[in-house]
Amino acid sequence: MSGASHAVAAPPARPRSALVVAGIIFAALALIPIVAEFAGGAYLTSLAVRAMILAIVAISLDLLMGHGGLVSFGHSAFVAIGAYAAGIMLTEGVYEITLILPVAMGAAALFALASGAVCMRTSGVSFIMITLAFGQMVYFALGSLAQYGADDGLTIWSAPDALGTKWLASKTGVYVTVLIALVGTWALVHRITGSRFGRVLRAARQNPVRVSSMGYSVFRYRLTAYVIAGMIAAVAGVLWATHAAFVSPSLGSWQRSGDLIVMVVLGGMATRNGALIGALFFIVIEEVLSSITHDWRLIFGPLLILIALYARGGLVGLLDRIQGDRT
Amino acid sequence: MTGAVLELRGLHKAFGALVVTDGIDLDLHRGECHALIGPNGAGKTTLINQISGALQPDAGRISFEGRDVTDLSVADRAVAGLGRSFQITSILPDFTVLENVALAAQRRDGSSFRFLGRAARETRLNDAAMEALGQLGLETRADVVAGALSYGEKRLLELAIAIAGQPHVLLLDEPMAGMGRAESESLTATLLGIKKRYPILLIEHDMEAVFQLADRVSVLVAGAIVASGTPDEVRTDPQARAAYLGDDHTGDAA
Ligand SMILES: Nc1ncnc2c1ncn2[C@@H]1O[C@H](COP(=O)(O)OP(=O)(O)OP(=O)(O)O)[C@@H](O)[C@H]1O
Ligand SMILES: [Mg+2]
Repeated sequence: MSGASHAVAAPPARPRSALVVAGIIFAALALIPIVAEFAGGAYLTSLAVRAMILAIVAISLDLLMGHGGLVSFGHSAFVAIGAYAAGIMLTEGVYEITLILPVAMGAAALFALASGAVCMRTSGVSFIMITLAFGQMVYFALGSLAQYGADDGLTIWSAPDALGTKWLASKTGVYVTVLIALVGTWALVHRITGSRFGRVLRAARQNPVRVSSMGYSVFRYRLTAYVIAGMIAAVAGVLWATHAAFVSPSLGSWQRSGDLIVMVVLGGMATRNGALIGALFFIVIEEVLSSITHDWRLIFGPLLILIALYARGGLVGLLDRIQGDRT
Repeated sequence: MTGAVLELRGLHKAFGALVVTDGIDLDLHRGECHALIGPNGAGKTTLINQISGALQPDAGRISFEGRDVTDLSVADRAVAGLGRSFQITSILPDFTVLENVALAAQRRDGSSFRFLGRAARETRLNDAAMEALGQLGLETRADVVAGALSYGEKRLLELAIAIAGQPHVLLLDEPMAGMGRAESESLTATLLGIKKRYPILLIEHDMEAVFQLADRVSVLVAGAIVASGTPDEVRTDPQARAAYLGDDHTGDAA
């Protein structure tokens, strides 16, 4: 082998097939509103919007968990921060989404910086517990906002304007916007993980001691990833508030954060489509099972254990193996 | 000031009642390979850890290129030019060999707070990495996942990472640890080349390698330097012989 042939590092396994899978998923999501015209109606599109928003959050969490090795148990707090930023601004008469989004992202970034500066000094189980604690702080803080519905939540009476238009007041507008945000997040996080920054982050997951001996302040890279993931989750929160026209503290509950972790692990951590597939699968299964029985978690729990046992690397790992068997 | 790149003055470190660094003064000069030898548990790795910043000394100062670095973090000292290798192999097992080394090169090549460009396609980083790999004869292994390398290859990668960071000083903690005769001999030859470009503080149990590479040898016993001089002086120093070369030199390569 000649030296020149190494100018490009080995590409990740099956980049093409990952791209095809993502393309199929996005195309299917784009077709859902059309299918809904014939069957499923508003119920189906609403389910898809919820699934897509959670997929955005799951992808942002995978940047931390899968690529950074930072298991945050408080990630839903950032969704709640974004959602409340939107809810409060819309209640107070600020309708323009181009103002709401930067405020929501800014609030999430500030909270991520402040809480992350503490969290990033710990690791392992302590990290999980501290992110959980900060998440609960947000949950209770939002529940104490008496003028904005307190524990009962806040109903939003008007949809945001999009550059003065009523685009986000229509179901189609919201659907298309959420889908674009999902594709954008998916592409962005992939670019980040392949960048110089992402390389340092991924290296620090494997061996932080070596990475700091190379001259990188692991703390700063992790904190930056925490801020980025928090801002993406806040965008998802704004979309959630827009879609549901209602926000409540439960958006930021620890159960939600736990569900997000399950989605990422279920789909396959640090893979191109794992978090995306995990989130969509989670929502569909949750919907199907909860329509059958109230105690759907009794079925879902064992199902998760089976997947954890038999599909290491999550659903994406399972897909890869099925494909591998065929070729 | 002397011509020393690295100066340790009055370094002390204890783990509870166990004194591992007992008033160490040590210099590393430009163009010099200074070997630090001593029995297992003498405190050699602990000393390297204090120089690199992984451990904080209880007392004493460390100055590097005329600047006091005692209070700097590991990362800041590495940026200042202190490169190190680890006695227990410390690589990035999920990255390819090339990416391990390219990451070290990336540190020297502008900001790493770049979020969108594809790092794996940066030819300047990959070329720098290939060059470091070439120096250690690892260039044909560039695309292999580092975790899948043989033990000896991992030891070489360890060094390639240290070199790719273009340090001003190399701190090498037993680069030959666990290697066979032939492997250590070839690595000694490689280090003779590397030595021309970097001052090296070398910890090594392999005496043949030490006497070939070192310009100066210091003997560390129970946290204190008991003898220091040219390889020939140390070879004949009675204290050094008693403490290390004679009694303890029973071929422990751990
Ligand atoms: N973190 C620690 N806490 C307590 N004791 C430690 C710690 N690190 C090292 N020691 C002890 O300090 C002493 C010196 O250890 P060190 O690793 O520096 O020895 P060394 O000279 O590198 O030995 P070797 O040749 O085996 O690598 C040993 O007795 C070791 O058990
Ligand atoms: Mg040691």
